[in-house]
Amino acid sequence: MLDSIVFYFFAGIAVLSAALMVTRRNAIHSAVFLITTLLSTAGIFLQLRAEFLFIGQIILYVGGIMVLFIFVIMLVRLDVPLPQIRSRARQWVACIVALVVFLEAAFIVWMSQKVPGQGLLVLRAAPAEKLPPNTEDLGKSLFGAYLLPFEIASILLLVAMIGAVVMGKKRTDAP
Amino acid sequence: MNAVLQGVLAFVQTWWVELLCAVLIVLVVPLIAGYIVLVELKVMADMQARLGPMRVGPHGLLQPIADAVKLLIKEDLIPDNADQFIFWFAPVLSMTAALTSMGAIAFGPWFQVARDINIGLLFVVGVSALGPFGIVLGGWASNNHYSIIGAIRSTAQLISYETTAGFALVSGFLLAGTLKVSDIVQAQYAGHVWYVFLTPVGFFTYLIASIAETNRAPFDLPEAESELVAGYMTEYSGFRWSLYFLAEYANMIVVGAVGTTLFLGGWLRPFPHVAWLGWVDALPALLLAAVGVYCVMRAGKQPARVQAMFMWVVALLCIVVALIFGLVEVAHASNFAALQASHSFLLLRSMYPGLYGAFWFLLKVSAYIYIFMWLRFTLPRFRFDQLMRLGWHILIPLSLVNVISVGVGLALESSLGWNRWPAMILTSIATLFVGMLLIRWNDKHAAAASASIAADNSQVEDSYAG
Repeated sequence: MLDSIVFYFFAGIAVLSAALMVTRRNAIHSAVFLITTLLSTAGIFLQLRAEFLFIGQIILYVGGIMVLFIFVIMLVRLDVPLPQIRSRARQWVACIVALVVFLEAAFIVWMSQKVPGQGLLVLRAAPAEKLPPNTEDLGKSLFGAYLLPFEIASILLLVAMIGAVVMGKKRTDAP
Repeated sequence: MNAVLQGVLAFVQTWWVELLCAVLIVLVVPLIAGYIVLVELKVMADMQARLGPMRVGPHGLLQPIADAVKLLIKEDLIPDNADQFIFWFAPVLSMTAALTSMGAIAFGPWFQVARDINIGLLFVVGVSALGPFGIVLGGWASNNHYSIIGAIRSTAQLISYETTAGFALVSGFLLAGTLKVSDIVQAQYAGHVWYVFLTPVGFFTYLIASIAETNRAPFDLPEAESELVAGYMTEYSGFRWSLYFLAEYANMIVVGAVGTTLFLGGWLRPFPHVAWLGWVDALPALLLAAVGVYCVMRAGKQPARVQAMFMWVVALLCIVVALIFGLVEVAHASNFAALQASHSFLLLRSMYPGLYGAFWFLLKVSAYIYIFMWLRFTLPRFRFDQLMRLGWHILIPLSLVNVISVGVGLALESSLGWNRWPAMILTSIATLFVGMLLIRWNDKHAAAASASIAADNSQVEDSYAG
């Protein structure tokens, strides 16, 4: 009962502020609503007892990426609305993407059952209270069974970072 | 309606300790913040050979109360061209983040709101990292150049120094082997050592990074009054301004608490294993009693009746708490059976470790904050490029090397069977050596860079010359 209340509270806030984020004119207002969306998603993770995912979401997305977003928005002048780019092809792509996402959500709702006593729709759920604390398990599986994918991902990130530095650097030896 | 009431009652009965802690934190932290301001004024006055606030109460002891009342009845302005909603929302965000992050800090063995939280200190660090949003959004919403420059500076500073703080914390987490706050303290108790001695480099990089993160001098560029009026707070007044101010001091308490928990042994008293230092346990009671007696002595000499009454209340409070502490200590020492059997005493004794731990914890946090003040009044403010160079060229590589060397030390301990002490001392020395190399290398580059800047500047016409 309490679980459903918490879930629908956070989910409602997430959806509402996502809609507000898309419709705001002011870029900073959009960023604030994006932060609210991310925070309420983090709240859903916490409600699912995924504590590490919760704090990862807050530290990385809210504390890191959103700070950078706002930094860039402040430096770049966005008061002047950009000329709207409209084309038929883009509208079609947007329609198709929306349709696919809707079908996906509908499929999941169709496949899922009610958890007895909670009122939540989930796929093959384990009761959330029975899950062990997950930080240690996450670390063990990341550095044990999934070591290779983990290292590949970190090398990819390193390459991306070096690429960004190279591209952002002032060219001193340009002809 | 009745069912709802019963639900609330059941909730309170299950969670009353946590609720009590939460209420205590929210009520007491603003008071402590006010008194930190007073101590800061006094320390500053002492270092500059002045007296500091002396008018309100003995030696200005009631000054924070007077300041708070003044701030609350001040006119609250919102500029016409400000973004109303965000202007209203930003200081609240800063304060909320600071107070929420205190939820996972362990002030004593049970004195903690979120006790079973698996991510522990990460929660504190992550949630307190939301505070700068308040600064950035407030600076932007004020619609003022000084404010926005202050806000941008604070963002850049935060991004640069948060990495260092994170790596410093990782070195502590590696030693403790857990993220849970109470387990970190227990690990230091079991290991007979505070981690500041095992990884001094980690502690000092965390200290510097935490000063920069709380925007304190010598890193107080976001509110540099000689350049930016008051930085991001320029347009704020009255209660909103005091919210920002409170958030800054609450953040100091948070970083102090994180540093204390991870590196200074949390709520443990100094040398918890040494038996002949047992008399230290009586120190909290004696200290509180002394404060109470002092208040009684000074109360008669106050010029106004309000002040005298206030002093009496404080004296009474101190003496009652001291009596409670003393009672528990005496009952521990003597075997007074009737006392020990009574129900209220049992409750008291179960509460005691938390309060006693909180005393030592807050003492250590105060020492940490005193270092902040000391540095503020001795060092001049950094220039922005110096700040960035210190962060990116020295502190981040140094803390990264420190994480690796702590890892190497732990590997020496676990796989080669070394003792923990020699392994850690060896790796710390190696880290310090790398740090020295970094500083030398950086000095050479800085000299070259400033020479090239000077060469550039000599070609520009100096419009202020003559």
